Amino acid sequence: MLELRAVTAGYDRRAPVVRDAHLTVTPGEAVGLLGPSGCGKSTLARVAALLHRPDAGEVVLDGTPVRGFRHRAPREQRTAIGVVFQQPRLAADPRLRLADLIAEPLRATGRRASAADRVAELADTVGLTPDLLGRRPHEVSDGQLQRACLARALALKPRWLVCDEMTAMLDASTTAALVRAVEDYRASTGAGLLSVGHDRVLLNRWCDRTVPWEAVAAG
Amino acid sequence: MTPAPLLSVRDLSVRFLLPGGRRVAAVSDASFDVAPGECLALIGESGCGKSVLASALLGLLPANARTAGHAHLGELDLLTAGERTLARTVRGRRIGLVPQSPAAHLTPVRTIRSHIEETVARLTGVRGRTARRKAGEQASSRAEFPLDHLDRHPHELSGGLAQRAATALALIGDAPLLLADEPTTGLDRDLVDRTVDELRRHVDDGHALLMITHDLAAAERIADRVAVMYAGRIVELSDAAPFFGSPGPRHPYSRGLLEALPERSFTPVPGLPPELGSLPEGCAFAPRCDRATDICRVLPYLENTVACHHPVPAPAGTSHATRTPEDTRA
Repeated sequence: MLELRAVTAGYDRRAPVVRDAHLTVTPGEAVGLLGPSGCGKSTLARVAALLHRPDAGEVVLDGTPVRGFRHRAPREQRTAIGVVFQQPRLAADPRLRLADLIAEPLRATGRRASAADRVAELADTVGLTPDLLGRRPHEVSDGQLQRACLARALALKPRWLVCDEMTAMLDASTTAALVRAVEDYRASTGAGLLSVGHDRVLLNRWCDRTVPWEAVAAG
Repeated sequence: MTPAPLLSVRDLSVRFLLPGGRRVAAVSDASFDVAPGECLALIGESGCGKSVLASALLGLLPANARTAGHAHLGELDLLTAGERTLARTVRGRRIGLVPQSPAAHLTPVRTIRSHIEETVARLTGVRGRTARRKAGEQASSRAEFPLDHLDRHPHELSGGLAQRAATALALIGDAPLLLADEPTTGLDRDLVDRTVDELRRHVDDGHALLMITHDLAAAERIADRVAVMYAGRIVELSDAAPFFGSPGPRHPYSRGLLEALPERSFTPVPGLPPELGSLPEGCAFAPRCDRATDICRVLPYLENTVACHHPVPAPAGTSHATRTPEDTRA
């Protein structure tokens, strides 16, 4: 279970952007969190991905309360969650070739030896052709870069995926392709998904259930 | 009767010259018109050359770009006009740009109010601090930008609000041609509808709008006509109603794009778009196309509404009358 309990979070303690948010994703479940621009849903997604320490409340991951966030999160919790952000350009180190971008989590966790094979496998999963793997982010389109970012998120076989507006910048065909890649991964691993977005039609089509922001957080 | 076009683009091509003599064919032989009171939506996958086309019209291409063809805005050819002409008479005054990434478009160290009031001062006759403040607030409300956020800096805005700030800026000069480059990216559906309806209102007031987008729902809501771009070429140019409704698009790529929508079959077009630096001979879509045959090695030109050797025929009331001799060979 990925549980958010009474989470209050933001960037200024006096004016939190998320107040008293409750959300539970059961194993294998796909939950869509639907909210308008600027409501705080990305902040909540960051909390769920252990990338932002809440001011109050707690995150419970598979029964274990999370004690540290960002670099303070224990590795086994940190690597249990894969994250894909809205803007691939801001989420990719411009100096890295796509192959190195995808391999980064593997190297960071001491799996350097198996990285090459795994990268090839991941690239295939997300529909990247081998010639693209040698390029740097400025040499590929947003859609291709987002495919690489999804491959990176899947590299450590996470039990949970947090997708924050993963497809908001992308065209319809790339959106459908990336969602299919996520769903194929979930079908083969039983991973749970929290997909945050503002496209009701997309989330309804993609997720098992879609919850509106008002039902998750207090105004 | 169609009014005379405001913008008339003929055989527009853009090539990027890269080190080592490589050439990237970003846009090839694009021809279209946009008339006052009309919205043309240019749609296609990311990386297909849509934004390059917009940059060409504004004279904002990087130095290694070479253009060919014509783009007439009235008497002026935008492709050959000098930077001085473009900067002083065209940008903001004759063409208003709603940019693709407002976060990069806005100056990070200045508030939104400061952006808007400077634009008001530069492009309109409004003088005096109070009048400018009032005009700035009116401009903000036109684009639904909340007035209590005017004193914020760009990084303090959500993506949606930054987009609305950029839209507000584009509308200030009251330019006859609006060029919107992905104006709805990152906005939620209600906001997309409102942004698009606002742009449509300006079209109905007599502006011409060229909207570049990959958001097909937004295009359907606003466009009178649709141009579909694939690998730098316009492969279909059609009225919006038959394109989005019945009988639907005629180019297999256009059909694939529409079918990828979550409200339709949610199936991606197989494969990836080709590299603009190494386009295949003939039809660039052929490698991804289930209708492709040998003849597709010859480049199809835009005839009637579609550039395809095997377009889906307009069924004219009959269902699935799509069989052609080529199909039986395929």
